[in-house]
Amino acid sequence: MPEFQFIGCIEIKELLGQKADNEAQLLEMIEDVHPDSIYYHMHSYFLRHVYLSGPFPNDFANWAAIELRDNVLGEKLANVSVSPEKSLEDIRMDLVETIDKHLSEMRFVAPILRGSPFHFMKSQIVEVPLGTEAQDLSEFIQALQDVHASALYYHIFEARIRVRKGRNDFSIWLDDVLGYAQLAEGIEGIDFYMFSLEGLRLKILDLCRQELGE
Amino acid sequence: MKPLGTLLEAYRHISPPGTLDLIYKLGEKLQGRSMLHVNSTKMGGGVAEMLHRLVPMFRELGIEARWEIITGTPLFFKTTKSFHNALQGDEALLTDAMFEEYRRVNEDNAARLDLSADMVVIHDPQPAALIGHKAEGKKWLWRCHIDISRPLRKVWHFMKPYISGYDGAIFSLPSFAQRLKIPQYLVYPSIDPLSDKNRELEPEEIEAVKEEFDLTDDKPIILQVSRFDKFKDPVGLIEAYKIVRTHQDCRLVLAGGGASDDPEGEEVLARVREEAAKDEDILVLDLPPDANLAINALQRSAAIIVQKSVKEGFGLTVAEGMWKGKPVIGGAVGGIVAQIVYGLTGYTVNSIEGCAYRIRSLLNNPDMARKLGEDAREYTRKNFLITRHLIDYLSLMSLMMGLR
Repeated sequence: MPEFQFIGCIEIKELLGQKADNEAQLLEMIEDVHPDSIYYHMHSYFLRHVYLSGPFPNDFANWAAIELRDNVLGEKLANVSVSPEKSLEDIRMDLVETIDKHLSEMRFVAPILRGSPFHFMKSQIVEVPLGTEAQDLSEFIQALQDVHASALYYHIFEARIRVRKGRNDFSIWLDDVLGYAQLAEGIEGIDFYMFSLEGLRLKILDLCRQELGE
Repeated sequence: MKPLGTLLEAYRHISPPGTLDLIYKLGEKLQGRSMLHVNSTKMGGGVAEMLHRLVPMFRELGIEARWEIITGTPLFFKTTKSFHNALQGDEALLTDAMFEEYRRVNEDNAARLDLSADMVVIHDPQPAALIGHKAEGKKWLWRCHIDISRPLRKVWHFMKPYISGYDGAIFSLPSFAQRLKIPQYLVYPSIDPLSDKNRELEPEEIEAVKEEFDLTDDKPIILQVSRFDKFKDPVGLIEAYKIVRTHQDCRLVLAGGGASDDPEGEEVLARVREEAAKDEDILVLDLPPDANLAINALQRSAAIIVQKSVKEGFGLTVAEGMWKGKPVIGGAVGGIVAQIVYGLTGYTVNSIEGCAYRIRSLLNNPDMARKLGEDAREYTRKNFLITRHLIDYLSLMSLMMGLR
């Protein structure tokens, strides 16, 4: 029976030297920027803010609300959803349409007054096999308690979106190898974007323990 | 997992869960590879302080890490000091002779130093021209520790061809990125939780420092640790303190280094002293550069830590304060905004009034202050400890060596 091998990851952050000063520039640059930059600003937030969930789940929303002081756009961008069914190009189009509609409702677009510009970045992931394995659900729970938080990021977000497996790695293994179909479905059903990585760890552990009747 | 040595193991229960195992696994891939760091000083300054700690860690992981220092003439160091200021946006008078001296001294150093390594990291502008001696197939990175968001164009124009020869540049903040054709990476600076400035202190160590400075527990302490220069805005903090004092009793401690070579700094210090002379609850401490233990004890004694800068590079004193579990209020500039998540790990402020309001609010809501401090410590644990810095370097080395 194949064991589950935990893989951590490190995000190397790359600066693109491109910046936006207002909503209109943000729109133009999102239209053209490398897809990896869309991924970075929509997801890597979780790797950086591993302990705390910030006000919004992506960089565009936080920048609009905090730096640009455009709370309405911030709230709208916070609701641009990311799901395994969507490609990065789909997400790019959702962002563009959201900002475009918002701009059409603005009487004028002011330059950023006191906040910082939005600096576009992208990231590369270095995978680090951690040497931690699980053969069954008990071992899985034990390992998940202590594993580096980046492993949650790798097996959930990288698997679902960048590698496009459609489901998170935990659910794939629990269902396909161990036969815990309901548990796998329960984990995949978590609204991953509403939690920090530590929050996700606790949520998944909770579901696994319930499965074992603990 | 088998620990490789005692140096790194000391961080096992300080860094986030699983960090040491991740470091060992990353290190395994790089064992036997060589790494060289080059800068201009072994003593003084944040770069040297960090290399003193990081280089032994690389070695413990089995990486053949070395650290070389360039030497130069007084004219060379005068030139690079001007480069340093100009790259940070200040006016600087530079002559052709100075540019020539920069090139010549770098050539001399290239002939003297052993620059052979799989990955070479050149720190700051002083040794940047060594890139001309990069060996075939080796990877060279330029690590820029200063704020070059608005460099003086003449100096940047001179430096850019050198920087463009590297395999990548590393900056401390996104706003420092330049229009370059090489990859530009983001690596935040870090603090060492086991250094004298940040390690846990015994109660008697804290008491000894408080006694030394006649600090009592009768009033909450508002503390700022920084040089006395206008960009750190100690005068603005005094104004904020005065507003707070109309509502609440507290004590303001301004602790920092001297400003002997900085006429503007002397002016700021004189103004601070003048204000302190009028209020016995304003304490000005002119500390020597090595007063790390005293700073640690002062931070641990404070109720609130402030870094009311109006211009800032990264501002690691914020992370130092956060690591001590204190609520930190910082000016919304430079790296402070990367360290303080507004309302979650502290507050960033944009004015004297905003600073005063947040101090009052925190003094009146000790539970909220405690929660901010606790979350700030955890945020620092994940993001600004030396173990994260080590991981960043190991990852970059993996990338450079094609070991992803």
